[in-house]
Amino acid sequence: MIVFFILAFLTLLFSLLVVTQRNVVHSAMALAATLFVMAVLFLTLDAPMLGVLQILVYAGAIMILILFVIMLLNPLSIEARPAAWWMLGSLGAAALCLQLAALVHRPAVSAEAAVPASFGGPESIAQSLFTDFALPFGLASVLLLVAIIGAVALAQRQR
Amino acid sequence: MIVDLAIVAVKAFLVLFMVLNLAGILGWVERKGSALIQDRIGANRASIFGFAGMGLVNTLIADPIKMLTKEDFIPAHGDRLMHTLAPCLALFPALVTFAVIPFGDVLVVGGREINLQVANLNIGILYIFAMASLSVYGIVIGAWASNNKFSLLGGVRGAAQMVSYEIAMGLSVIGIVIVYGTLEPQAMVRAQGELFWGWLPAWGVVRQPLAFLLFFTAAVAETKRLPFDAPEGESEIVAGYHVEYSGGKFLMFFAGEFAEVVTAAGLVTTLFFGGWQVPYLLRDGFYFPWGSVVSLAPLTVTILQVAAFTVKVLFFCWLQIILRWTLPRFRYDQIMRLGWKMLLPAALVNLFLTAAWIVVRRPV
Repeated sequence: MIVFFILAFLTLLFSLLVVTQRNVVHSAMALAATLFVMAVLFLTLDAPMLGVLQILVYAGAIMILILFVIMLLNPLSIEARPAAWWMLGSLGAAALCLQLAALVHRPAVSAEAAVPASFGGPESIAQSLFTDFALPFGLASVLLLVAIIGAVALAQRQR
Repeated sequence: MIVDLAIVAVKAFLVLFMVLNLAGILGWVERKGSALIQDRIGANRASIFGFAGMGLVNTLIADPIKMLTKEDFIPAHGDRLMHTLAPCLALFPALVTFAVIPFGDVLVVGGREINLQVANLNIGILYIFAMASLSVYGIVIGAWASNNKFSLLGGVRGAAQMVSYEIAMGLSVIGIVIVYGTLEPQAMVRAQGELFWGWLPAWGVVRQPLAFLLFFTAAVAETKRLPFDAPEGESEIVAGYHVEYSGGKFLMFFAGEFAEVVTAAGLVTTLFFGGWQVPYLLRDGFYFPWGSVVSLAPLTVTILQVAAFTVKVLFFCWLQIILRWTLPRFRYDQIMRLGWKMLLPAALVNLFLTAAWIVVRRPV
């Protein structure tokens, strides 16, 4: 429990830094730290595979690409957003908070429920991905393929 | 409970101690090796009270003293915080990867079984790749915080190169994972103790020779050393991402590079060269294919295994250093072409063939 509170505090701290930092690279690094701490949070929740994948995919690949783009374009500071954007963002955040509050208030699983031995292992994740969630998994793959083809098409047009 | 914690702490300390010291020794081996290849003497200036006989010890002491007492320079318009953070980010992943590499089988002391591995994760391979993917941060952040165009170029090159080769590296290992049916390094090493036709050790390199070549190439590229040194590129961008680093921080980048060499050697050994396996050595002695049996005490067997692992790791460290001073460097576009157009398709073909072989062999 103490570990959870430390991790939760760190997650909130780093996520606050993401939005409050003026320097884009500092924000990106704070986001990477947030993702890393969340991965540790997954580890404490008996989901080591999810935690390691979080580091591998988000902290290790996506954030690196974001940093890569920042360094290539080098925006020195973020330009101010119009107030409408702030309103829209705040509304979205509030809606998400409401949904999460409902979940916290009435959790779908009791906190005392025992975790099955194979929970969170590679076998069980593969089982559910390729049986119960085969269609969403396939659709997500097609979406990624479309994104790759789009990127290649954009790069080709400039030649 | 306390004994268990103490055992883990001792194992973690030992592994960190060995990796860091091996990294330091490799610094000397590299200088001597380059001198050997270039027909010089090399690294012969450090002497203690006029005594230069023990070059290794003298250089090992002199190098860190020199580096640590130098001025720590931060560029005027650089980013102080990130400039300091970057060397830590470069050194950290190289050191923690070794936690899941087994350096011996189970050691039984006083009825207590000690697994000779710091952390026995059932997803060890994924952990290795997660940590490897973090090692890009050190160079990217260091390059950006230096506020130097040469640095920035090095950092951008480094990020592109490391992300590209991680893909080939990951795909080449999936073949191995399919063959052994596990993501656990210790279980992989155990599986490599089998024999083909009663005499050939079933090491990863025998089962997956192509994967070994791809993995080793990608691992060398991940260490950013010649022939893949585009992020440093001394002849074109001075020293790339660490051009604005001096003193202790440079020492950390330097140690991180050699720690990566040691880690790469450890990974190649574990995945493809049987880890701590000695051919024909089982728990209680040698069982040679021609039928003779030499019984050994369990402690002797463990010592032999750890020694075998160490010798294999040292061999691959040496091979990487010889490679660095033998091969000419690639241009940046050649590195990208090799990674995306040769290694990646080859890894995919290897993966497909392996999967097809497994499906044909094992009726569902």
